[in-house]
Amino acid sequence: MKEGVNPYVRVRKLFSLIKQTFILSLVVIVGSIVYVTYNEINYKAEPIAEQPIVEAFDEAEWDKIENGIHVRTGLIDAEGLMVVVSNCTSCHSAKLLTQNRMTAERWNETIKWMQETQNLWDLGGNQEIIVKYLTTNYPYTKKGRRAILTNVEWYELED
Amino acid sequence: MHCFFYSKSLITLKRKEFIKKAALSSFATLIGTQIVFGSKLLEGYIPLALEDPDPFTMFKKNKGMVVLNDKPWNIEAQAHLLDDKITPNASMFIRNNGLVPDTIDAKTWTLTIDGESAAKKKTYTLADLKSKFKHYTYELAIECGGNGRAEFDPPAKGNQWTVGAIHCASWTGVRLKDVLKDVGIKSDAVYIGFHAVDKHLSKDPKKEPISRGCPMAKALQDETIIAFKMNGEDIPLIHGYPLRLVAGGWPASVSGKWINRISVRNKIHDGTKMEGAYKVPCNPVAPGEKVKEEDMCIIESMPVKSLITYPKSGAMMSKGKTLTIRGHAWAGELEVAKMEYSIDFGATWKTCTVEKPSNRLAWQHFSASINFPKTGYYEIWARATDARGTAQPMMLPGWNPKGYLNNACHRIAIKVN
Repeated sequence: MKEGVNPYVRVRKLFSLIKQTFILSLVVIVGSIVYVTYNEINYKAEPIAEQPIVEAFDEAEWDKIENGIHVRTGLIDAEGLMVVVSNCTSCHSAKLLTQNRMTAERWNETIKWMQETQNLWDLGGNQEIIVKYLTTNYPYTKKGRRAILTNVEWYELED
Repeated sequence: MHCFFYSKSLITLKRKEFIKKAALSSFATLIGTQIVFGSKLLEGYIPLALEDPDPFTMFKKNKGMVVLNDKPWNIEAQAHLLDDKITPNASMFIRNNGLVPDTIDAKTWTLTIDGESAAKKKTYTLADLKSKFKHYTYELAIECGGNGRAEFDPPAKGNQWTVGAIHCASWTGVRLKDVLKDVGIKSDAVYIGFHAVDKHLSKDPKKEPISRGCPMAKALQDETIIAFKMNGEDIPLIHGYPLRLVAGGWPASVSGKWINRISVRNKIHDGTKMEGAYKVPCNPVAPGEKVKEEDMCIIESMPVKSLITYPKSGAMMSKGKTLTIRGHAWAGELEVAKMEYSIDFGATWKTCTVEKPSNRLAWQHFSASINFPKTGYYEIWARATDARGTAQPMMLPGWNPKGYLNNACHRIAIKVN
């Protein structure tokens, strides 16, 4: 500010600056609401790009492998892990993969079902990688009509 | 954090980029560090540092409950956790099809009755419902249609429930039939369907995670209620606060949570998960057989079943001691007429004492005293028989593609030393 300028003019300038800032932020807020609303209406899940999408505050921590297990998801570290992590665990838990033991045919049917009803994207060449990972690392085991009791934790029964 | 229920979605979306940046700058302030690649996070995503990672604390559940799925939340009990006559919240299984609503304002909550076969469209506030209609309290057994799915071979996809997707809490509310009478139902009414505020997993606002219902005959039963209390208190959020439709004896998916609308339909309700789910083959099929959708029938009443809740499986005891077992039995729409146990894999059965239900559709408590003839390994198998003479099978019942209705006998392991 130049010396000798009327202090009232300076105050007026300051007020006008505040007013402009206020109007500008109002425009931004209203604009963003309209933008969000529009996007909400036209919203559809988009496919995940090829490049790794799992990034976070500490990348090394985020995708840490411990004792052959991908810590964040609990999935076995094997060929295809990251393709599975990025395509399968963004909408549902990895627990839905590890507790289901299906054949390739049934996994493919399940993928088709997710595409038809759950907004899952076209997996392209990744589908084969995913199904191979699942059937190799979480194979189907025969249970028969009734399995024997396993994992019984024995304890002394108090009176 | 009002939306801490959201899970760790990490889909890269270009939309809402600057909104996210703005939101994330406040996250950064909160956790005191810059979030790298924060702009790529999905809206609604809460960084791990801000998430409550412990569902047991979040939902006030017993630490022995088993988490089957965290997106959406699906948590089951174990048999020994269900020993109470009236199941407390801590031991009640959680089954969600979508994301738990993040904001619920009971003060402004309304329930609308509409549909082709409603005489008119009518909206009630919570206060209206509570003041206009008489309150009723019932103990109601609610079991997930897929309880026991884990045992099917070939396996069926979905949450691999073992035995713990059943509870019998005490529910207080108004009868659905009283509300429907107040609105008026046309003579062509066939079915009711509920609508609720939970969000689809894909966060697509046009999709409902679940919208099921039941035929008018079930809707008009005395025990089918619109509940606002569970075990004498406000319903916990995870179990449907502030309003839940409760239809005991039928697959739990009929008991819609967070409901804000019930449609009276002139046809079988066609909401989400009325097709493609909660159905079994109309005629029995071989294990693994493919079944066309038109050959699948909607599950109505759940089958007869029971659970030994004491002792916990794995008990070791000395010879000469008497073991008193106890548990519960239920039979969907029917009453349990007989309860038996076997310690010789079904070669012989002995009768248990079984109590009458507190009210229709409540589970029934049984007990028996057992003396073991010699030392060794035993399994105690429990078998309930319903009022029509249908008993639980010892082996898996008919295989079905989605793995529903496994009511095979429950058993526990015992060692006598």
